[in-house]
Amino acid sequence: MPANKPNTTDATNGGPAPSPGADAGAVTLGNDPTLSEAVQNAVVEAMDRHGYGKASRFAVRLALAEAIANAFHHGHRGLPAGTTIGVEYRVNGSTVWIAVEDQGPGFDPAKVPDPTLDENLEQPSGRGLMLIRAYMTRVAHAGRGNRLEMAYDKPAG
Amino acid sequence: MATANSRLRVRRQDGVIIVEFIDRNILDEANIQMIGEEITALVDSEANPKLLVSFANVDHLSSAALGTLITVNNRVRPKNGQLKLANIDPQIYEVFVITRLNKLFSIHGTTEEALKSFT
Repeated sequence: MPANKPNTTDATNGGPAPSPGADAGAVTLGNDPTLSEAVQNAVVEAMDRHGYGKASRFAVRLALAEAIANAFHHGHRGLPAGTTIGVEYRVNGSTVWIAVEDQGPGFDPAKVPDPTLDENLEQPSGRGLMLIRAYMTRVAHAGRGNRLEMAYDKPAG
Repeated sequence: MATANSRLRVRRQDGVIIVEFIDRNILDEANIQMIGEEITALVDSEANPKLLVSFANVDHLSSAALGTLITVNNRVRPKNGQLKLANIDPQIYEVFVITRLNKLFSIHGTTEEALKSFT
């Protein structure tokens, strides 16, 4: 199981403060898988530079991919296809902080059904947010529910 | 079916369709949709499909890919077919455990073990 206990109630505290040696970026993405993969690669490569292990990089890549997919497919449902999302990230030696913001009306995360219940197990969708919660250390929803902030603390040892 | 743009390697052994992925990362939704359509076409081509999906080369898998597997499973079962999964990396298997989909799917360590499990 993931090393970090998920906690969806704590704020992410805006991420690590900018510091010498930290990696940071802010990009605007259209719904283009090449761009999505590029920002995933940028974050994972920054994690590699800051000494995060394979399991940590797996966790953050998955969470970021799910967050971007959710922003386009749920956040932007009904909006024009070219509507963009924003991704911000900061990586230092102890924490990875990521924010994904869409331009949709937002949603109430408390109303997302639990996909692990027996009655939902055969539903083909609805697992992205629970995977983000499972793999990230802290997850918070901000704005009108259209901004996801998440943080991953490097496991001790 | 396998085409020039196929994201799958498909072969048949002992009456079982064995599917492997070309991509190491199955995260991109357009790609996943294409994979789903290819596997669905394979299922639809058989009266009682026996399908083995191998994740031997796969490093990353998104929830959309899990959704496609569920859709395929829901299509195989009414035809009295069987779907087996094999060669899942431990990190990816953890995703199945977190989502409890290890309870839904028939998961085997190797291709050989999965092949023996078909009835």
